[in-house]
Amino acid sequence: MQKDIKTFLDQDEKKDLLRILTAGSVDDGKSTLIGRLLFDSKRLYEDQLSALERDSKRVGHAGDDIDYALLLDGLKAEREQGITIDVAYRYFSTNQRKFIIADTPGHEQYTRNMVTGASTANLAVLLVDARHGVITQTKRHTFIVNLLGIKHVVVAINKMDLVDYSKERFDEITSAYKEFITGLNIPDVNFIPISALKGDNVVNVSDNMPWYHGKSMLEFLETVHVASDRNFEDFRYPVQFVNKPGLDFRGFCSTVASGTVKPGDEIIALPSRKSSKIKQIIGADGEQKIAFPPQSITITLDDEIDVSRGDMLVHHDNKPRNERQFEAMLVWMDENKMNMQTQFYIKHAYNTTKARIDKIQHKINVNSLEKEQSAPFVLNEIGRVVLTTVKPLLFDPYKKNKETGSFVLIDPITHNTSAVGMIIDKLGNKDMPSRITDVDMKKIDRGEALISHKEREQRLNQRPATLWITGLHGSGKNALAYTMERKLFDLGASAVLMDGSTVRSGLSRELDHSPADRAEHLRRVAHVAKILNDQGLIVICSFISPYANIRQQVSEIVGKDRFHIIHMDAALESCRKSKPDLYNLADKGKLKYMPGLDERYEKPENPTLRLKPENKESNMDKILDYLNANKIFPLE
Amino acid sequence: MNNYTLTHLRQLEAESIHIIREVASEFVNPVMLYSIGKDSSVMARLAEKAFAPGKVPFPLMHIDSKWKFREMIKFRDNYAKEKGWNLIVHYNKEGYESGVGPFSHGSKVHTDVMKTQALLGGLNKYKFDAAFGGARRDEEKSRAKERIFSFRDEFHQWDPKNQRPELWNIYNTKIQKGESIRVFPLSNWTELDIWQYIRLENFPIVPLYFAKERPVVEFNNALILLDDDRMPEDLAKKAKMKKVRFRTLGCYPLTGAVESDADTVEKIVEEMMTTTKSERTTRVIDFDQDASMEQKKREGYF
Repeated sequence: MQKDIKTFLDQDEKKDLLRILTAGSVDDGKSTLIGRLLFDSKRLYEDQLSALERDSKRVGHAGDDIDYALLLDGLKAEREQGITIDVAYRYFSTNQRKFIIADTPGHEQYTRNMVTGASTANLAVLLVDARHGVITQTKRHTFIVNLLGIKHVVVAINKMDLVDYSKERFDEITSAYKEFITGLNIPDVNFIPISALKGDNVVNVSDNMPWYHGKSMLEFLETVHVASDRNFEDFRYPVQFVNKPGLDFRGFCSTVASGTVKPGDEIIALPSRKSSKIKQIIGADGEQKIAFPPQSITITLDDEIDVSRGDMLVHHDNKPRNERQFEAMLVWMDENKMNMQTQFYIKHAYNTTKARIDKIQHKINVNSLEKEQSAPFVLNEIGRVVLTTVKPLLFDPYKKNKETGSFVLIDPITHNTSAVGMIIDKLGNKDMPSRITDVDMKKIDRGEALISHKEREQRLNQRPATLWITGLHGSGKNALAYTMERKLFDLGASAVLMDGSTVRSGLSRELDHSPADRAEHLRRVAHVAKILNDQGLIVICSFISPYANIRQQVSEIVGKDRFHIIHMDAALESCRKSKPDLYNLADKGKLKYMPGLDERYEKPENPTLRLKPENKESNMDKILDYLNANKIFPLE
Repeated sequence: MNNYTLTHLRQLEAESIHIIREVASEFVNPVMLYSIGKDSSVMARLAEKAFAPGKVPFPLMHIDSKWKFREMIKFRDNYAKEKGWNLIVHYNKEGYESGVGPFSHGSKVHTDVMKTQALLGGLNKYKFDAAFGGARRDEEKSRAKERIFSFRDEFHQWDPKNQRPELWNIYNTKIQKGESIRVFPLSNWTELDIWQYIRLENFPIVPLYFAKERPVVEFNNALILLDDDRMPEDLAKKAKMKKVRFRTLGCYPLTGAVESDADTVEKIVEEMMTTTKSERTTRVIDFDQDASMEQKKREGYF
């Protein structure tokens, strides 16, 4: 016996691990199925069983039979309501494998719980009642499984005993489901006809369905191959903890997120882009020659480069994205509904920074799977959004890499986990929408104005206007703006000048030149221009403002009748000549987001005026003629 | 196909180390609670691995009910010294001085004063913002839904209806001043996993787990070890030598021994695989109503 137990333990030690998601509602028999897997795999001890018999008589829902579901429903309140309302984790093992079941409720109001269980699962067991077939709930669950990237699905067609173990019924449901999942991205789908209550095809293959030649549920779970589901291609090592016990040791601790790494590998640290070589890999069991996910290891490097928590070690030729703006599928987890003004904490690959939700692209109705237009999300709602973060994140799309593609949003005040997200294959910047006008922009009622617009116009002898000059770096915008300011002053007009560097040195000082920040910068400018116009002033604005959609939104904030766009239409070559240093830096890659180079510049289609920088003399005249003709200045 | 696979034990180990490092990174003043039992021993070992070759950057705290087995205390002190742990031993001074104990006050009062209150006192005294516990989800039904990072309000209370969603391996560690998080790095381990790991890694645990001739007394349907002279005399004189071992360790008057010949880890596992009682049945405190653990947890017990 002693020898047997040694053999048993030696084998048992080498088992692997399968994480299973189960979803279903009270009537599906999900808890009965799990209870039976636990029970029949002899994981239940006698005293748990006697407690079970006692409980079955008191609160059971299964008459005089043993109610397997009672094994599972943990918390007192839930037991009394007879439903599972949270994720419960169950453990059992067989000779082949250890299993962790994330057992989640099936109703729509518990979508967030199912999403939670799905996040760590290798495989999902979806229960279908043979009498009802593929119903809305089945579709909703499949959608979530697909969203969270689970690669293996077992559709357990349950209660076969109630349809006379009919092959026709089984085939009917199977083809209905297959049709439904065309177009989804689940590589491995399997169907097993069972009766959880009677035990058919749960542990042993049943004699009641001789037409079924596949495996029983347990056999299937024991043998399904999941080891190669992880990403072993792209090495990502987001540093979790820096271990500096003394002067002579500096180790970077973390769990390998994806890919593999060996001592001697050339790596670079992001975002610093400093290079080094892997010196040593220390695993839980000492030094190792290779590391792969999900090992928790400590890496030392040949060079003393500065690396902190949240930085990422990667191979030279395979880097993640490094951006502040991206799209994601978001699941709302909070009782409080989404607030677009909130600056959330975002936690992603050991980085915590702030993020705001810029735009809702659409919401998905989890029952019809249709896209919907899109009020802010409430609890359990799912949809596609655009996010902007304060610090750039190092990420991959979730589909390629769960570890670097997932994040959570945390409410800054309640500290609730408000939402969880999966990053989508990023659109190019040019397709990235930016919103600067506020959908819910309220008309502020200041009460009856004591000075009317008319009075202001007469006093100043001018009609307020925003003269918006757009053009590339070095196109001569600012020169024109200064000339206009001087000329209008000399003629007795009241004009104010705003330009990029002035506003960026104060009002927009924390913003950079990325598309998202550019949008925010221009939003501020637009609102200032509007305030100044409301005081009757003419505002001269000189901003590159490269995107048509943002200029359009600026005009909506300022007011379309007050907004006049002047395009300094300079060729890129002449811009280079007037600002060679700037363009040289950009050519060397030291300046990002340079319109006309790595960033697009969209010429306005129908500007008020299109001017050439070389016509210095006539440009001012054209502007004055325009102001005159449109009775902007002078009014009389 | 490739051979980048990890056994379930190595996966569990990696997950636990990840959790332990996350706490060290995100909290100002964490502590690891140490009950001296086998689960605590596994947890402490994982912490040592997480920070090797450095020292573990947080202390180990034992809540001493003053009624632990003497062998446990000896083991604790040797272990902490050998591994260089910063060991904090905390007990409820008031309770101790007023003589609270299981024989005189019963298990309920003793557990509340010398364990639950003592724990809260220790956490408050040192203002810990995160505390590791060795609890496993498979131990008891109400634990099955507990998070790995379990939020506690400023009164250390757990609200089962208001738990933070926990996805992937991203843990929400944001708390306000006074609030704290209990962290359970062994959540996904089962009793068998624990024994397997002890066997695999071959590290010492308290000898009480192994069968040996010991003086025991039958009391409340359990076999209680005659560990010191505080056992009432009429009980103590009934003591008989039996070959016994302990499946769980706590206060000696509240922890029943089982008759056993298992004096190696292999034999213990063998016994466990063929036994018909789950491990908590040897804990006297669990014989209350079935929701008693949930109740205790709401009040701040682990």
